[in-house]
Amino acid sequence: MEKNHNVSRRQFLTYALLGTGGFMAAGLIMPMVRFGVDPILQADAEDDMIDVVGVDELTDVPQAFDMEYEQDHGWHVEQVTETVWMFLEGDEVVALSPTCTHLGCTVSWGTDADNPEQFFCPCHFGRFERDGTNVPGTPPTEPLHRYDHEVRDGRVLLGSPSPQL
Amino acid sequence: MLQRIYDWIDDRIDVTPLWRDVADHEVPEHVNPGYHFSAFVYCFGGLTFFTVVIQILSGMFLTMYYVPDIVNAHASVEYLQTDVAFGMIVRGMHHWGASVVIVMVFLHTLRVFFTGSYKKPREINWVVGVLLFFIILGLGFTGYLLPWDMKAYFATQVGLEIAESVPVVGDLASNLLAGGEFIGAQTLTRFFAIHVFFLPGALLGLIAIHFIMIRRQGISGPL
Ligand code: FES
Repeated sequence: MEKNHNVSRRQFLTYALLGTGGFMAAGLIMPMVRFGVDPILQADAEDDMIDVVGVDELTDVPQAFDMEYEQDHGWHVEQVTETVWMFLEGDEVVALSPTCTHLGCTVSWGTDADNPEQFFCPCHFGRFERDGTNVPGTPPTEPLHRYDHEVRDGRVLLGSPSPQL
Repeated sequence: MLQRIYDWIDDRIDVTPLWRDVADHEVPEHVNPGYHFSAFVYCFGGLTFFTVVIQILSGMFLTMYYVPDIVNAHASVEYLQTDVAFGMIVRGMHHWGASVVIVMVFLHTLRVFFTGSYKKPREINWVVGVLLFFIILGLGFTGYLLPWDMKAYFATQVGLEIAESVPVVGDLASNLLAGGEFIGAQTLTRFFAIHVFFLPGALLGLIAIHFIMIRRQGISGPL
């Protein structure tokens, strides 16, 4: 019985060497791996609301507006301009992302001669209703994403786009 | 579990003889510090290889953040050094490791010289070793410029003037290295390419030859 618990000299050496070697290898590799995967462990930059346009410039026809902000690329900060389609639905401001929910091309309002009252994506002829709902039978499978918004002192401030469902 | 995975693979492609050939061989008594303490000098070749492996690994990781461009090179090095987790350690390994490799190569060369291991039939291995030494110096020289700071710039300036002082071909050599008449954007991309592609490629090839010759000829006999 007792015999089974004995560790032979060879086994002991194997454990000791593998253990020490493994410890040293881990000490070398671990910092490098953590260094490499840093981007996925980085907390998402919290979004600030960005001032885009005055409410009085909005009409009930969708219009494209530019939203400008700074994007942090680590060692490089880029000035980004993003397009947003905005209009008034009664009193409510609607801000839609122009990114097609099919494969990411850019949609525009009323560019399809057959459907002037819709958003149109030229890549695979995706179409969306005025409120962003995708037209059944066209490639997109979900509505255009909608920006969080806030109206402050007559200006429209936008956050980030999220799926509307 | 591991044993079963190993057996499954071994059944099919018979890997045991392969790794036994690489890993299982007798080490003569005169190079074993357990018998003669002074035999620790025989570790320097292995330590050189070990530090080279660290250089290759840490270098591969550094290129995840580094850009060889005059506008961003310094900013990207600063970013990976200060903002990325363990950046100081990974860049530190590469930075200090560069010096350690050269020290180890030097000690290894001294050992080979003083034990007379370069003599017949090992002359070719000595020549390959000297080439490896030059390649490692080249890696040190080209790596020095990459952080694109003042020290890097002037160290390269000095290196290029040394190249220029060679009779007849000096100007050509310096222009070829710098990618033009002055140290600029072209120099940085050139040094980067030499540092991460050309020299490591040559290094790995020569190391392979170096090792195959050691296994063919064995370690030289006791003094
Ligand atoms: S990307 Fe818009 S329809 Fe395919």
